[in-house]
Amino acid sequence: MILFAARRLFQALIVMLVVSFLAFTMFRFVGDPINQMVGIETSLEDRAALRESLGLNDPMPLQFARFVAGALRFDFGTSYQFRQPVADLFAKRIPATLELSLTSALFALVIGVPMGIHAGLKRESALSKLFMSLSLVGISLPTFFIGILLIFLFSVTLQWLPSFGRGDTVQIGSWWTTGFLTVSGLKALILPSITLGLYQMTLIMRLIRAEMMEVIRSDYIKFARARGLPDRIVHFRHALKNTLVPVVTITGLQLGSIVAFATITETVFQWPGMGLLFLHAVQNVDIPIMSAYLMLTALLFVTINFIVDLLYFLIDPRLRVGRP
Amino acid sequence: MAVLDIKNLTVDFPGRKSVFVAVNDVSLSIEAGKILGVVGESGAGKSTVGNAVIGLLQEPGRIAAGEIDLNGVRIDALNDKSKRKLRGRRIGMIFQDPLTSLDPLQTVEAQLVETIRTHLPLSAKAARDRAVELIGAVGIANPHERIRQYPHQFSGGMRQRVVIALALCAEPELVIADEPTTALDVSIQAQILDLMKSLCTERNVAMLVITHDMGVIADITDHVAVMYQGNLVEYGATAQVLGRPQHAYTKSLISAVPRPDVRVDRFPSIDYIEKDRTPQRQIDIATHWLGKARAYDRAGGPLVSVRELDMQFETRASILPSRRRSFQAVRKVSFDIAEGETFGLVGESGSGKSTIARLITGLYQPSGGSITFAGTELTSLGKRRDILAMRRQMQMIFQDPYSSLNARMRVKDIVAEPIRFHRLASDRSEVRQIVEDLLDHVGLGAAAGRKFPHEFSVGQRQRISIARALATRPRFLICDEPTSALDVSIQAQILNLLKDLQAELGLTMLFISHDLAVVRQMCDRIGVMRNGELCEVAETDQLFEAPRHPYTSELLSLMPSMELLSRETPADP
Repeated sequence: MILFAARRLFQALIVMLVVSFLAFTMFRFVGDPINQMVGIETSLEDRAALRESLGLNDPMPLQFARFVAGALRFDFGTSYQFRQPVADLFAKRIPATLELSLTSALFALVIGVPMGIHAGLKRESALSKLFMSLSLVGISLPTFFIGILLIFLFSVTLQWLPSFGRGDTVQIGSWWTTGFLTVSGLKALILPSITLGLYQMTLIMRLIRAEMMEVIRSDYIKFARARGLPDRIVHFRHALKNTLVPVVTITGLQLGSIVAFATITETVFQWPGMGLLFLHAVQNVDIPIMSAYLMLTALLFVTINFIVDLLYFLIDPRLRVGRP
Repeated sequence: MAVLDIKNLTVDFPGRKSVFVAVNDVSLSIEAGKILGVVGESGAGKSTVGNAVIGLLQEPGRIAAGEIDLNGVRIDALNDKSKRKLRGRRIGMIFQDPLTSLDPLQTVEAQLVETIRTHLPLSAKAARDRAVELIGAVGIANPHERIRQYPHQFSGGMRQRVVIALALCAEPELVIADEPTTALDVSIQAQILDLMKSLCTERNVAMLVITHDMGVIADITDHVAVMYQGNLVEYGATAQVLGRPQHAYTKSLISAVPRPDVRVDRFPSIDYIEKDRTPQRQIDIATHWLGKARAYDRAGGPLVSVRELDMQFETRASILPSRRRSFQAVRKVSFDIAEGETFGLVGESGSGKSTIARLITGLYQPSGGSITFAGTELTSLGKRRDILAMRRQMQMIFQDPYSSLNARMRVKDIVAEPIRFHRLASDRSEVRQIVEDLLDHVGLGAAAGRKFPHEFSVGQRQRISIARALATRPRFLICDEPTSALDVSIQAQILNLLKDLQAELGLTMLFISHDLAVVRQMCDRIGVMRNGELCEVAETDQLFEAPRHPYTSELLSLMPSMELLSRETPADP
């Protein structure tokens, strides 16, 4: 298992190296960085001096090495539009995005898993049919549309919940701000997390339902019933656990995409997170932010996949313990 | 007093259009410490009886009439909750496939302890002690350590022991075993049957054994009930029913069971089942297309000659040779098959029988040794055309007729494919004519060609496989467990068909089976395999009368005794 983990870690490092190379090449090919930094009236000499001082005349491999070394220290350079270190900009926004993503992932799991179990076990019940129809809606409606719909219903018409922003936040430590501790912060979380998590919820629900239906037909479930075990044990200890491997895989990947692609939801709700920052960066060709965002997303996916791989070992003894 | 008393049980499955009666008016009873066998072919309703007793009938099945009493108390009319309390507590159940009966993600201990604690008011510690004791009682060594292992760390036979331990968790009064040894090798089967028999006597448990295997019935049961299409046709003491069967169905069923102790030229067909089958048009095979172009040049020596054959499978790949692991599936195997002979290969699962078949047909490339077919060294053939010419001459029939036929092709295309591929016929109408004749000849009728494989029963599908194998006009036929998936009556028909074809076409056959009795009926000479090695090759009669290798004697001694079975063959009507 340690060998396996080491191998996976090595693969993860290679992936990160490739991604950082892509992020690095962005600087060279998406326009001249000097032109982005300086005003129109800067003289040619000044430009050349700036070029020299930024090390842009050095050979490519050296520049790449410098980029990677910087990235390891979370130093992604200075944003063109804000004139601030990219790392600081991200640090300010990461809490907002992470809190939103975690809440919506939690929402997707807490609602999706029981719905999936019910729909898998009692396929013919009216409730299961309702769940299936609802999930169809969740899968087919685009995120922004759901967001707008929710805003129209709960913010404009009923005026129960805020339509944008994070509400009041509380500072924890030197840079983390949380919306979990204030009423307005919690209220502000509800609509965006539902919007972001709805698709994941329906996906998890349908997945669990399909896996449950498969497992429930297996011999060991029949044998568990024939031993007189109560339904609770049969369904949760035996059936549910056996559906977990595919569910964990998909949930892990989805968690990554929730964090990485919260962009649309953050735009609809003007949520001050990374997605919104990234969108503005794209509009203003702010390459340092774009490349840092790319690296961060890759790191997130690689980490989650690594954890998922290790979870397999926890779930399935056939991988953990060899045959005698 | 009887532990289990079934009175006039009728189970039906109401459908949208009609009601299917799976069990019709069946009455049975078992005393404590006795074993009752229910025997019958697929679709006889024998498993349904077991499921009805334990209260696990599949939807929409229901008990339409009759009653089931357990120790004098009626149990069929109980509500779901009370039925669940009976299961495991008073009625234990053993299933067919030990590889899939246990939850792969839980240790054996967890599964035993949860079952014990569901039924008995024991502390976790006491339940664990009881689990260890049970695992020891079913004959697993080192129970303290093995109990902490997961199911995949046990072999098939050991898993079936765990399943039996689970069924005995709460000292049930009745144990239902549904095909308990069908998925096991003959040596493991003998051990498990012994275990069941001794547990039954020691613990004074009544046991209901459901099986299609007359050998199992003869071996362990005290009473036997023969079922046919939902009806109980004969019921009585085992020696009585098997030795002097009264009912016509029982007679024909028993006569169709292949015997290891006697050799018959043909199996009597089960007329009882087949009485309304219309005889198929027979073709004169010698003058037909099938019989033509059979003038293969005689090789002089044996048709197939295998020398020092080796086959390794890599189980762990690695760049470093020292870290590679491989599994030796076939080790230094040598044998000859003469023209027109049927050569049998027997052995338990994993002994390398099927690997040899695949090596000869070229599905695998051997790691070492040589295979000579009609004087040509197969492993040295380089040109695709030469290889195809050889492949045309040998054909294979597989064990599982469900997965060996393409479900999306019509039967006529399945049979015609090899003819078209090898360009054996001049035009379309000839291909069509040949296919129709072939289907007629294997007993399906030309009309079968328009249908898809799923419209046929298992036995009929195996006939399609045979027709397909014959379509290239082969001289060498490899049958890999051709009847293992079939009921005895169907098995008898297929074996007869193979015998007839061999006589008509002068085929040479390699017949692979784990069933010694079948091999005895089919083969001229037999090779016994164990762990990839060929232990013994001998003439069939000699092998059975005077085995030389200790392993052969062991295998023979493990066969269920068929001495009880009647030798009488039903008179032709």
